Amino acid sequence: MFTIGISAYYHDSAACILYNDEIIAAAHEERFTRKKHDSSFPINALKYCLDEAGIDISNVDNIVYYEKPFLKFERLLETYYHFAPAGIKSFVTAIPVWLREKLFIKDEIYSQLKKLGKFDKSKLKIYFSEHHLSHAASAYYPSGYDEAAILTIDGMGEWASASIAYGKDNKIQILKELHFPNSVGLLYSAFTYFTGFVVNSGEYKLMGLAPYGNPLDEQVEIFKNHIKTEIVEIKDDGSIKLNMKYFDFATGLKMIKTKKWEQLFGIKIRKPDEKLTQEYCNLALAIQEVTEEIILKMAAEAKSLTGSENLCIAGGVALNCVANSKILNAGIFKNIFVQPAAGDAGGALGAAFAFLHIHKNFPHKADYFDKMKGAFLGPKFSDNDVLKVARKYNATFRYFSDKEKLNEFIAGCIADGKVTGWFRGRMEYGPRALGARSILADARNPEMQKKLNLKIKFREGFRPFAPSVLIEDCKTYFDIDIPSPYMLFTAPVTQNRRKELPENYHNFDLTTKLYTLRSDIPAVTHCDFSARLQTVHKETNPDYHALISEFKRQTGYGVIVNTSFNVRGEPIVCTPDDAFRCFMRTEMDVLAMENFVFLKEEQNIDKKIFDENFKPD
Amino acid sequence: MEFLRDLWLFLKERKKYWLIPIIIVLFLLGLLIVFGGSSAVAPFVYTLF
Repeated sequence: MFTIGISAYYHDSAACILYNDEIIAAAHEERFTRKKHDSSFPINALKYCLDEAGIDISNVDNIVYYEKPFLKFERLLETYYHFAPAGIKSFVTAIPVWLREKLFIKDEIYSQLKKLGKFDKSKLKIYFSEHHLSHAASAYYPSGYDEAAILTIDGMGEWASASIAYGKDNKIQILKELHFPNSVGLLYSAFTYFTGFVVNSGEYKLMGLAPYGNPLDEQVEIFKNHIKTEIVEIKDDGSIKLNMKYFDFATGLKMIKTKKWEQLFGIKIRKPDEKLTQEYCNLALAIQEVTEEIILKMAAEAKSLTGSENLCIAGGVALNCVANSKILNAGIFKNIFVQPAAGDAGGALGAAFAFLHIHKNFPHKADYFDKMKGAFLGPKFSDNDVLKVARKYNATFRYFSDKEKLNEFIAGCIADGKVTGWFRGRMEYGPRALGARSILADARNPEMQKKLNLKIKFREGFRPFAPSVLIEDCKTYFDIDIPSPYMLFTAPVTQNRRKELPENYHNFDLTTKLYTLRSDIPAVTHCDFSARLQTVHKETNPDYHALISEFKRQTGYGVIVNTSFNVRGEPIVCTPDDAFRCFMRTEMDVLAMENFVFLKEEQNIDKKIFDENFKPD
Repeated sequence: MEFLRDLWLFLKERKKYWLIPIIIVLFLLGLLIVFGGSSAVAPFVYTLF
């Protein structure tokens, strides 16, 4: 039985295809259209999924959309009714879109599917799963557990913004929900907005900024106190109540009531291009700690309701790897699985799984490994595809028929301080590059973070980089007891690798903190000694594992920098053409695509033809 | 027609019959907004809002 899952029309549209309960393919639409967070119908992703499965649309048995539009419309109507006449502006903006498109998603999906070929509409039914059930299913069914507590937290679904559920065998039972307008995701997004980042994409920047806050500064405590007494009431079970006097999203077109926030915190809203001063870092730390407190309480509630030793997490807030690590370190659960595509794109996968197991009663089996196949669920390209790109741009290349020689050469380049694009195998599903579409560099190099941020990625200098570490060497560098194959946990760098910090380190400003040497792997050590690590496993990622092993053979270090293969505002590269253009636009030194290697110094091509403007996120 | 059937089934299951008059009025107003942008009914819409 082939089941297709779709998420679309809000942000991060995606499609996936299951054959029974095996994930055949899954991909984000943005990777094909080259428009970041593309919300349009995932026609390209869907076409790819069908190609990968080797079928056409008429062979598909079921199509499942990741949420229920009518239920969302009900929430909108009830909200407008409740707040009327306030909200008229938002109503006039929202209702036409609903009446034109969003209410008719079923018809829209059918009309889009026609572009893929002929099918019998009476046989190909479209089903709708609830938003948070989709998230819950995306975490539980691929987790490998046969029973687990499930926690889903995001901005907003239909009515729910968070849920606690219990998965047992092939069923999921929703036990508790947090409803609109109360939302942990929207609370975090409100601070994202106030600190000058873009809502729905800048949340991880806020998380990265938090460690620059000064934990010894009383301002952090004052901010936390303001948040907990004025903005959000946190209850013992982890549920929250937002004080809507401070928020505008229920009836207006903005996130917050800015003046009230400025009065409360005593600082102005930060404009996106303004300098990040210490107050904003302190505010980021305050909201991060409050969010962690809420999530920990939710996790404790999930434990007390289910008694399970296993926890599955999904929803956009599950990408907050610092909070995930707090749950891990609290020891509430023995095992934790976080869906790597935790945001709405992952809803496509969850919708398909929920339909298969709950509606069709398909059995669910526990497994030693999770079913995500390392998240390598996207398209792959052959040597011939790479050769075509080389010919198209008249590029100079070297070809390695021997993988060992290729690894030896690339590991040598990285050890020499060269920044290397690494394009190999199937593209990742989810927002993290995990060694298929990655930019790699030497973690030992103290200049590397600055170089990568400013010359390669063209993004904010404060942002940290993640390490990829061989699973067998993980404890040599980081204090963590579980694997982290999807970069969804952080861990402290081990004590023996740390450099002694100056006494007044916490009083340093952001830039000084940033360039203070903190360990012998400085490029991946954040200013609080944490690292958002990826453990690399031979079983799911053999080529990447072999490359890092070779790097270890040459340098003694089984760890490298891994950042996504893109620039600021650009989706992660998908094809060899995307990768080559990104390589030529930046100051990347080396590009390894399948068995081809391109060196920047050997290219004699006019760089202007690769110019592209991406809207910064 | 399938859309109206689905909508009716939804309202029935959720027992939210009180939304029906709101939906009807919204549809009528919504249609004016949708089609009013570039037509003769536009001034009518502006006086409404």
